[in-house]
Amino acid sequence: MDAFGGPIWSMTASPSGSQLLIGCEDGSVKLFQITSDKIQFERNFDRQKSRILSLSWHPSGTHIAAGSIDYISVFDVKSGSATHKMIVDRRYMGVSKRKCIIWGVTFLSDGTVISVDSAGKVQFWDSATGTLVKSHLIANADVQSIAVSDQEDSFVVGTAEGTVFHFQLVSVTSNSNEKQWVRTKPFQHHTHDVRAVAHSPTALISGGTDTHLVIRPLMEKVEVKNYDAALRKITFPHRRLISCSKKRHLLLFQFAHHLELWRLGSTVATGKNGDILPLSKNADHLLQLKTKGPENIICSSISPCGSWIACSTASRFFLYRLSYERDSISLQRVPKMPAFLRSALQILFSEDSTKLFVASNQGSLHIIQLSEGCFKHLHTFQPQSETVEAMCLLAVSPDGNWLAASGTSAGVRIYGLKELKPHCTVPAYNFPVTALGIAPNTNNLVIAHSDQQVFEYSIPDKQYTEWSRAIQKQGFHHLWLQRDTPITHISFHPKRPMHILLHDAYMFCIIDKSLPLPNDKTLLYNPLSLTNESDVIRRRTAHAFKISKKYKPLLFMELLDERTLVAVERPLDDIIAQLPPPIKKKKFGT
Amino acid sequence: MVEEESLRVVRCGGSELNFRRAVFSADSKYIFCVSGDFVKVYSTATEECVHILHGHSDLVTGLQLNPSNHLQLYSCSFDGTIKLWDYIDGILIKTFTVGHKLHALFTLAHTKDSVFVTINKEKPDIFQLVSVKLPKSSSQEIEAKETAFVLDYINQSPKCIAFGNEGEYVAAVRDFYLSVYFFKKKTTSRFTLSSSRNRKHAKNNFTCVACHPKEDCIASGHKDGKIRLWRNFDDDKKYTYTCLHWHHDMVMDLAFSVTGTSLLSGGRESVLVEWRDATEKNKEFLPRLGATIEHISVSPAGDLFCTSHSDNKIIVIHRNLEASAVIQGLVKDKNIFTGLIIDPRTRALVLNGKPGHLQFYSLQSDKQLYNLDIVQQEYISDNDLIQIELRKAAFGCQGHWLATVEQRQEKETELELQMKLWAYNKKTQGFVLNTKVSMPHEDHITALCFCNAEKFENPTLVTASKDGHFKVWILTDDSDIYKKAVGWTCDFVGSYHKYQATNCCFSEDGSLLAVSFEEIVTIWDSETWELKCTFCQRAGKIRYLCFGRWTCSKYLLGATENDILCCWNLLSCALFVFKPSEPRPLYIQKKISREEVHWGVFVPRDVPESFTSEAYQWLNRSQFYFLTKSQSLLTFSAKSPEEKLTPTSKQLLAEESLPTTPFYFILGRHRQQQDEKLNDALGNELVQLPLTENIPAISELLHTPAHVLPSASFLCSMFINSLLLSKETKSAEEIPDDVDMEEEKGSDDTDEENDFTEKAQDTNDIDLGEDIIHQLSKSEEKELRKLRKVDYSWVTTL
Repeated sequence: MDAFGGPIWSMTASPSGSQLLIGCEDGSVKLFQITSDKIQFERNFDRQKSRILSLSWHPSGTHIAAGSIDYISVFDVKSGSATHKMIVDRRYMGVSKRKCIIWGVTFLSDGTVISVDSAGKVQFWDSATGTLVKSHLIANADVQSIAVSDQEDSFVVGTAEGTVFHFQLVSVTSNSNEKQWVRTKPFQHHTHDVRAVAHSPTALISGGTDTHLVIRPLMEKVEVKNYDAALRKITFPHRRLISCSKKRHLLLFQFAHHLELWRLGSTVATGKNGDILPLSKNADHLLQLKTKGPENIICSSISPCGSWIACSTASRFFLYRLSYERDSISLQRVPKMPAFLRSALQILFSEDSTKLFVASNQGSLHIIQLSEGCFKHLHTFQPQSETVEAMCLLAVSPDGNWLAASGTSAGVRIYGLKELKPHCTVPAYNFPVTALGIAPNTNNLVIAHSDQQVFEYSIPDKQYTEWSRAIQKQGFHHLWLQRDTPITHISFHPKRPMHILLHDAYMFCIIDKSLPLPNDKTLLYNPLSLTNESDVIRRRTAHAFKISKKYKPLLFMELLDERTLVAVERPLDDIIAQLPPPIKKKKFGT
Repeated sequence: MVEEESLRVVRCGGSELNFRRAVFSADSKYIFCVSGDFVKVYSTATEECVHILHGHSDLVTGLQLNPSNHLQLYSCSFDGTIKLWDYIDGILIKTFTVGHKLHALFTLAHTKDSVFVTINKEKPDIFQLVSVKLPKSSSQEIEAKETAFVLDYINQSPKCIAFGNEGEYVAAVRDFYLSVYFFKKKTTSRFTLSSSRNRKHAKNNFTCVACHPKEDCIASGHKDGKIRLWRNFDDDKKYTYTCLHWHHDMVMDLAFSVTGTSLLSGGRESVLVEWRDATEKNKEFLPRLGATIEHISVSPAGDLFCTSHSDNKIIVIHRNLEASAVIQGLVKDKNIFTGLIIDPRTRALVLNGKPGHLQFYSLQSDKQLYNLDIVQQEYISDNDLIQIELRKAAFGCQGHWLATVEQRQEKETELELQMKLWAYNKKTQGFVLNTKVSMPHEDHITALCFCNAEKFENPTLVTASKDGHFKVWILTDDSDIYKKAVGWTCDFVGSYHKYQATNCCFSEDGSLLAVSFEEIVTIWDSETWELKCTFCQRAGKIRYLCFGRWTCSKYLLGATENDILCCWNLLSCALFVFKPSEPRPLYIQKKISREEVHWGVFVPRDVPESFTSEAYQWLNRSQFYFLTKSQSLLTFSAKSPEEKLTPTSKQLLAEESLPTTPFYFILGRHRQQQDEKLNDALGNELVQLPLTENIPAISELLHTPAHVLPSASFLCSMFINSLLLSKETKSAEEIPDDVDMEEEKGSDDTDEENDFTEKAQDTNDIDLGEDIIHQLSKSEEKELRKLRKVDYSWVTTL
């Protein structure tokens, strides 16, 4: 629906959740009523001179603060009129003053308005009198984001210099009730603008142009000093962005607004371990699919046979049929996809490419039968419980009998595809699932959780396997549990049933179930020197986890056939090279 | 006159003024700083030393104002005592004996009966902060043994301890942690910084700490130049801190302003940084302070700051960051190459000062007169740089000429030498560079010597060098068509068998020059520069060489490297050899100093003393000063400590209501002299007033501290009465005079009445003015009366 105010720059829901405020380009602040079925325009507030860049509700819902250019307005929600206009200082840039953009405002329950602006200031205003209480100049560049904790005793701001500052409300003296806001710790984990910050009860979260998501735990809120209290820097999404057609050696890369299909190169040369072989045939960029409009691609997949590509955005679902004629390739979009498929969270093709499984954001699972150039909706598994929880991970057994699906919090559900009905549910576990895989032949489901635990569950027996019980009894190696990134993909070797292949962003691991499990005293990561040792020593020290850490940021790894493995790396330097240059800061001594 | 007194070693100055933080008086008029065993009181307006508080027998380590009486000062010392002073009069009020070596002193406003001191009890490196209860007693010497333990394992430096929020807590830092002790809760919180060896945290060490005067906020300085502001430290978990980072090197000291709105920090950058509102972006600088800032202190009135610097200097700085006064002591350079020299003109001690400078230091007033920049190059402080060193200096021709030698040696073979000759300019009262000689010798110059004989009209300078030559430089005419000028040129080069010349010396009349070449002494005729004779004495390399003076001018003395003193009789060419231990020295003083003695010098006295005892006769005409390894200046004195005190106790009569400016001292002396003249002139017709000391009322008035006295108006009549002459004290022959005066007075009786009322007003106007009244001697009164008698009728016409 159109707000009729030009581009919308800011939006915030009321504390009760029943009203929505938007700030528009033309300086108007509009209030909408949110009902269960629609959003209805309610009223306009006094129109301001320039665009409204930030909005904040008073926790009681009686007042709002709106940040514009050069000033902040405080509105009374009942009357809709501006009660105060608080003018912000501009910053001198040489001779002229530059306009001061209020990037963020926050209304605290005691009536204090905190504003962050493009002059590098964090300012505290008294909304009752409309006066400036305190000003902190913290940066030479813009302060772009602000987030307040629920207790309103601390907040965090992010600057264009990549610094995140923490402010805390501390008492002036131990025996008085007077409190003041104090800038405490600066964190410099970003190289570029920090565009968004969040304040969780135990951590500060920041993200920006440099593509990192940084979670900085607050030490004073952390009860136990364990590995959870460490700083986390997340660079890549914990999802699979690449799918692979094993048969045709195709890789489908998912970007924010387009898909790329590449054919892998090949070599005829052979060499020793560690050699880099010359390519006899270079990798081909086969096609690039762009989505229309600004919508991001949520998920995508290529069928194992390589003749289908499916992808979904928030409003559309696309299915393409690919046909290969020697070197040329032709693409044909399958029309009239049903509307219920849109904004799917996960798409998966069955091993024989005859079925398409789509996990929708409504919690249901759609099964679609694919045949030459057309499709047929076979079945929909509706969510069992009342709680609607979207499924975001899918795995299908190679024989096509079983489908495992997992949401963000609840356990893994297993459906029988032959009889098209739920088979069983894996016992619930506290941590979300990050990867699923069903082993061929045995139909053992391997589940990796975000706390780095790995379970193996026998689907036919509806219970954990012996090996899984054994490893749970002994516990994983402490180094394994301390890894930073979750396992994003699990696959199996068709000829070696005892092997499980899994990887995260920094390592590739083969778990050999036939070997003894490592305990905390053994070396988890096989040192390189061991490869030079004699077989006896190697055999004595061998354990179930064989880990290779030579890939740096590893995005994808899959067995193409028994002897070929494809790995996709995404070097961070390539990402950084594409970023705009950071704000130059003078560093002492340079 | 002083035969019965034994010679004592007296510390006469040059002590570190920057050893501890300086302390301001409550009205910011005075600044107190430790100076060796003394406490010095300087005027902040005039930089003059107003008093020296003597009394401690070891290094003074702490100063604090008495919180219950801001006209009193506590000081503590390594001698284990805490002394309470009245700093305005320079009087020691009380001595509290604690018994341990005291390293630092702290006072708190609300614990008036106890102070805090840092002591080390058992092991040499473990220090404790204890509170000492000062018993109330009227006696002067009090034992204060009642101590209560506060904090353990602290740093000995007082910079590492700070009391905050009116004494609710004390913060102490050491190594990598901050401990905060809360007096009310009696708990200690300890906060540790990461001390891991990686690059980022390696220099996290705490260096100093300061507490916010109003808020619960502790500022700590660190080795890496960071300042951390700690808050919420009463909670072990919720504590938080902010970083301020500008210094690139260690933060040496921190101080909050009185209101706490700004924080001052300083370090090796020699820049005073003022952080306003404790925000990183809002800071002000006072740069180019000359040397590392060691301490910062803030006056209780808040209008002044002061910084103590590593070159023994205290700079008083206004609130608006403008330096207003500099108190400069003896600069302590790392090496004193020049030795101690006496400037014949000013009698000042001359030695190496700041790098590349020569300092002129007044021994009498214990302050630096001025600095002469010899090297005239920007000094870059960097440990790796090899600096130009000022090696030798010598005065000639009654201080008219100054010769200096500087050298820089980067490698063994690359020696840069420069000799400069400076002429004294009477107009500017300073030395002006006259001649610059680069590479005067091929190798190090070992000695520099002027011919000081009066009959020598042509100034002559001799340099001896390791290259085996000695060179004679004379002043010649260097005029050209543009200007008349003089310059120095080399006149003669002498050598002796390629031996290294080690020293040279002119005889007193200037006729002979002695040059030592390693073990051989050669005597040269200074008229013709021919070798007269040689003395070869295989007693070792000769280090020092000196001709006798006065009646002993026929003797030549030499000191060799292996502790032998040789004396040659030039007339008979006979040789006497002394070993310092064997013959009969005039005087031996043992245990003169705790440290090695590095240099000594005889300073001529202005007024010869008259020691009759044979042992002290050598001190008659001059005084012997010597410099120890830690560069404190010591001397021998035969005076008793009480006598030493007299000049200062005279000094202390300087009226405190008047600013103690140099003008005051000049004028005051002038007035005194006038008074004396008047006294002499009017001597016999004067009324012989009884000595004020003998009148109990006055002595009581003077011995009671000013601040406990009742108001001046109350005291006035009693005081005036006590000054009035009672009949009994008059002697018979004085009576007629008095009568005469009374008759004189009788003529203008009404005037006299006015006089008295005016006087009463005077005393009211000048609060604390009892001293003045006391000083209004009879002669002054006389003067006043005379003035009154002058006809002021012209005033009415105006």
